[in-house]
Amino acid sequence: MSTLSAMTLDELIQEFDDLGDWEARCDFLIDLGKELPKLDPVNRTEENRVHGCQSNVWLVAEIHRRADGEPEVEFVANSDAMIVSGLIAVLSIIYNHHTPAEILATDITGIFKRLELDRHLSPQRRNGLFGMVKRVREIAAHA
Amino acid sequence: MTIEATTAESSPPARRAYDVEAIRADFPALQQRLPSRKHPEGLPVTYLDTGASAQKPQVVIDKEREVYEKYYANAYRGVYRFGALVDEGLEESRDKVARLIGAASSDEVIFTSGTTMSINLAAHAYGKKMLSAGDEILLNEMEHHANLVPWQMLAKEIGAVLRFIPLTADGRLDLSQLDAVLTKKTKLLAVTGMSNVLGTLNPVGLLAERAHAVGAKILVDAAQSVPHVETNVVRDGIDFLAFSGHKLYGPSGVGVFYGRAELLDAMDPFLGGGHMIERVYRDHATWSVAPAKFEAGTLPIAQAIALGTAVDYVQSIGIDAAHAHEQALVAYAAERMQTIPGLKIFGPPISDRGAILSFEMDGVHPEDLAQLLDLQGVFVRHGHHCTMPLHDLLGIPASVRASFGLYSNREDVDRFCAALETARHKLL
Repeated sequence: MSTLSAMTLDELIQEFDDLGDWEARCDFLIDLGKELPKLDPVNRTEENRVHGCQSNVWLVAEIHRRADGEPEVEFVANSDAMIVSGLIAVLSIIYNHHTPAEILATDITGIFKRLELDRHLSPQRRNGLFGMVKRVREIAAHA
Repeated sequence: MTIEATTAESSPPARRAYDVEAIRADFPALQQRLPSRKHPEGLPVTYLDTGASAQKPQVVIDKEREVYEKYYANAYRGVYRFGALVDEGLEESRDKVARLIGAASSDEVIFTSGTTMSINLAAHAYGKKMLSAGDEILLNEMEHHANLVPWQMLAKEIGAVLRFIPLTADGRLDLSQLDAVLTKKTKLLAVTGMSNVLGTLNPVGLLAERAHAVGAKILVDAAQSVPHVETNVVRDGIDFLAFSGHKLYGPSGVGVFYGRAELLDAMDPFLGGGHMIERVYRDHATWSVAPAKFEAGTLPIAQAIALGTAVDYVQSIGIDAAHAHEQALVAYAAERMQTIPGLKIFGPPISDRGAILSFEMDGVHPEDLAQLLDLQGVFVRHGHHCTMPLHDLLGIPASVRASFGLYSNREDVDRFCAALETARHKLL
């Protein structure tokens, strides 16, 4: 199984399918979350905080230029909660290193449904997750 | 309608030995197994959130059903048979509540939608009329938002001043500081009978005495205390008391506001509408007397009737017996939790609190802990538990809370502790 940095969305979906139930998927999310790149603590500011989350989430994004001149978004986010960190990892697999146009065109609801996150997550957690999605999409829209 | 003051002897005799398994069998929600891939036989339900809301015994569920199936009608309006049965059910329920809390008269028992509405009722119907600018309302930082926000709103509206009894390091009221904050300017002291986070049992009788000595009234938020410890409003000199049916093993949507008769007479109504009036003209109306004066509109009928059944159920076990059982459990839980590294329980010593344990696990976010416990069928609450000022004081954004009820048993505690260990290993 690829580590977080190399994992593709297809591999993530396959992994979720293989794991089969929420308990195993939760364990997997916790492990994924542990692999998140660390955000410099100076970035834990109010401006970088994502709203809608019960736990704290700070997100910082950069726009890089690829070799062919296309912009691509890279974000780093950390949370003080482990399962949320796993969800951040899922978002990074879905969104990182994509162009703004690709990000905005992504059917995120469809992907969450495919991963059954819509079933497993409480309304509060879903709220938090969509707070993060909203932030990433805003960044893409303004890139 | 007046009833005689009740003593412990006149309530139904408590069972000799506390048979928690027989009690548990009365609660259908606790009998099921939760589907689990890992455990094909299913997981037992480990419900440790009675502080948020209690499970219901079959008799309460049956009573609501009976009302709807046999004689449902609106209350206080019809002369026909169904209406009469409903009225009788409501008044019986009112009497039972009055006896439970030791009120002098069931006319002092008002049905509301719950503790929150009851306190808002007091703030509007008593506070707005009787308090004025510069008057002080004495609170403290362990209070639930329901016993803080209505007073904040009142103070802002009329220019009253909020003051706070300081807390000790272990989460009790610092009574040595009481004289500094409870003065002739204080018109109302609002306090919880039992903290929903710390479990702290507050000395409401003593506080009532001290409040009266300076000419203040006392309101007790009894949402946690009525279901878990003996309540006697006359003995303790309580002016106002609020509690919820759903925490007393009764239906949600119904609660109680108690006020001393002379205070209720002096108060304005809270909500205006049907039933609370004497006579309505085009441009004004006259009021009925308590309790009707404070029961505008249609009551939650089946729920208020079933609340009486819940009171009967609890009394058949005995509040004191349930309390002793719960205290033994919380002591057992605390003892087992001591052996889990990094676990810190907030609040006073176990012997000085009701059956609530809020805690944090070093390095673990409360949200994660609650989620992992849920996967093992252990239901606890995490968050600020509607006590943000308390959590500010504790210096944490959130905590995890386990709370016990009369159906909780040692196996609940054992599964809870096992789940804590499993979660700890996964997260750290």
